[in-house]
Amino acid sequence: MLKIKNLHAGIEGKKILNGINLEIKAGEVHAIMGPNGSGKSTLASVLAGRENFEVTGGSVELFDKDLLATSPEDRARAGMFLAFQYPVEIPGVSTTNFIKTAVNECRKYRGQEPLDAVAFLKMMKEKMKLVHIDQSLLSRSLNEGFSGGEKKRNEIFQMAMLEPKLAILDETDSGLDIDALRIVANGVNSYRNGENAFLVVTHYQRLLDYIVPDFVHVLYNGRIVKSGTKDLALELEEKGYDFIKNEVELTLNV
Amino acid sequence: MQKEAKEFFNTRFHEQPVNGSALAGFRQQGLDMFNKLGIPAVKHEEWKYTRVNALFNNDLTYNLDASGISKAELDSFRLPQTANATSLVLVNGVYSPELSDIKHSVKDLLVLPLETAAAGEYGAIVKKHLGHSAAYHPDGIHALNTAFTHGGIFILGKSNRVITEPVYIYHITDSRSGFAFAQPRILAYAEQQCELQLVEYYGTIGNEGSFTNEVIEIVAEAASVLDYYKIQHEGPHANHVGTTHVRQLGKCLTNAVTISLSGGLIRNNLNMIMESERGESHMYGLYLLNGKTHVDNHTIVDNVQPNCFSNELYKGIMDEKSTGVFNGKIFVRQDAQKTNAYQSNKNILLGDASSVNTKPQLEIFADDVKCSHGCTIGRLDEEALFYLRTRGISEKNAQSLMLHAFAVDILENIKPQALKVFVDHIISERLDFNF
Ligand SMILES: Nc1ncnc2c1ncn2[C@@H]1O[C@H](COP(=O)(O)OP(=O)(O)O)[C@@H](O)[C@H]1O
Ligand SMILES: [Mg+2]
Repeated sequence: MLKIKNLHAGIEGKKILNGINLEIKAGEVHAIMGPNGSGKSTLASVLAGRENFEVTGGSVELFDKDLLATSPEDRARAGMFLAFQYPVEIPGVSTTNFIKTAVNECRKYRGQEPLDAVAFLKMMKEKMKLVHIDQSLLSRSLNEGFSGGEKKRNEIFQMAMLEPKLAILDETDSGLDIDALRIVANGVNSYRNGENAFLVVTHYQRLLDYIVPDFVHVLYNGRIVKSGTKDLALELEEKGYDFIKNEVELTLNV
Repeated sequence: MQKEAKEFFNTRFHEQPVNGSALAGFRQQGLDMFNKLGIPAVKHEEWKYTRVNALFNNDLTYNLDASGISKAELDSFRLPQTANATSLVLVNGVYSPELSDIKHSVKDLLVLPLETAAAGEYGAIVKKHLGHSAAYHPDGIHALNTAFTHGGIFILGKSNRVITEPVYIYHITDSRSGFAFAQPRILAYAEQQCELQLVEYYGTIGNEGSFTNEVIEIVAEAASVLDYYKIQHEGPHANHVGTTHVRQLGKCLTNAVTISLSGGLIRNNLNMIMESERGESHMYGLYLLNGKTHVDNHTIVDNVQPNCFSNELYKGIMDEKSTGVFNGKIFVRQDAQKTNAYQSNKNILLGDASSVNTKPQLEIFADDVKCSHGCTIGRLDEEALFYLRTRGISEKNAQSLMLHAFAVDILENIKPQALKVFVDHIISERLDFNF
């Protein structure tokens, strides 16, 4: 599904990603962990098509097509979704209007008829239940004045509405209390169907108790320095990121 | 140029048959002021960015006369869903009772030719309030309107009447037989506890170009509620200088919404004179410009008495080669303690050749006041555009969504529903907003 090969990227001359290699197949859940500033959000942004990051080397393919040459909207339409670490507040844009536009633009690209008002409302109701989101929230401006938890739930709600094949969740767990975390994780889990894949970016192991990954990768200084199963996450939790840092420095010194 | 213009207007002044009018003296004062002040040049601080003198640079063959237009021609300008509303029609600045249609009961609303009002029962009111704005605009443009006061309107909202339907004032400029020069003059008076809504709308027939130089003075008595809307949506050859001067004589509420969607060179002066304690005023403006349209909003809030509240929000979107100007003055006089005055001006530049000049001007002579002002000039938020696009929304639609959101913020303050829908429709079409 997604093939990242030796990806280098940076901003304003500063190198952030220094050769990422990663392959995600249909149905898999990959977790990316790593200390603050290691480049997790940059990777997510580059995959989603944020133009202010400059790709300086490597390639990314989604369904065997060059992803890097594709506009952000076409990536979304092709089935990629990014749940933002910091969802943007957009005053004056109604959440419902926005989601309807997004859903129908994606459907159009996929050769589907636009949803009529009735079908759209039915779908909304269904997905709202999934993440315990209230109608009153959706009649407000997009993310404006939403609490941290509401913003994160709104991201997962949008994911459910857009039905992506690959969802990248960037620290969707940060700032959530345990109940909200469960709700968000349940939302994600009920969307898993063996076909779609996830790239779950997190700083803490906690989320992975609920969204159980097939693979865990550790990102450090813009490179995947260690990969393993879910046990790697537990090891990190126990020993802290310093253990990785020391290991990396050791190998570099040899 | 100045000399020719002066000669031209002096000659025309004496040709207008207004001898014996109750306003003859008033007109003469205007002419004297015009001769003294002349047409403002760019070096005039108040006219730095708006080259109004350029409008006087052609061969001065203005058509200053009233013109006949047909009812059908008028109907093409009618705002939607106003069939049952009062409409007052001025053609080339001159009130046309025949084309006008007063639906309101005389218990609620009285409309008279300004000359008639000045000569009769309301003479004292006219004498007291007509021309109050002159002190705020010591320039020849304002004086020229006074000199040519002719065919104006007096509108009276009766005390204790809640007038639910707005009064629509149509300014039609007929430029079919040459460049038309219109100088409408209106005095509106809301008596105590009267609720009155005025809507001014402008239209041009013909392609020869026009210049409307308007002064409307509005007086609001205690406990009145006055809503004023000015909607500008004319062709690129329609030029406009207008002064809307609102006096609060008692504790009352006055709201003004100024929407500029198209036109040539436009200058809107809006004055809120807070002459009574605890008055409240709101001023909203939206300018959505393209082509070479130039819109200059000059606003004044003059806090004369203490404890007044005013809030002002103007927003602009400039595309192509259009230019915007915002100048917001807030005066707080020595006695006006506990004034609360807020002002904000936000601009988005879309066109590489578009520009805006924004300037707040606070002159505060009292010590216990709360005033704030802020202005922004920018492009659309990149982060927000990206967010929308990651959901599959095209760049163009993302932009439309955001621009429309920016603009409707102002439209929320248009209370007559049909008027709001009408303006929103134009804006949506211009921004390709069809969601
Ligand atoms: N827009 C930006 N401009 C400059 N530096 C940035 C920008 N975004 C991220 N960085 C830098 O890139 C590095 C990686 O950041 P980020 O990808 O946000 O890390 P993470 O998500 O792993 O905490 C950090 O050093 C950060 O300061
Ligand atoms: Mg991050």
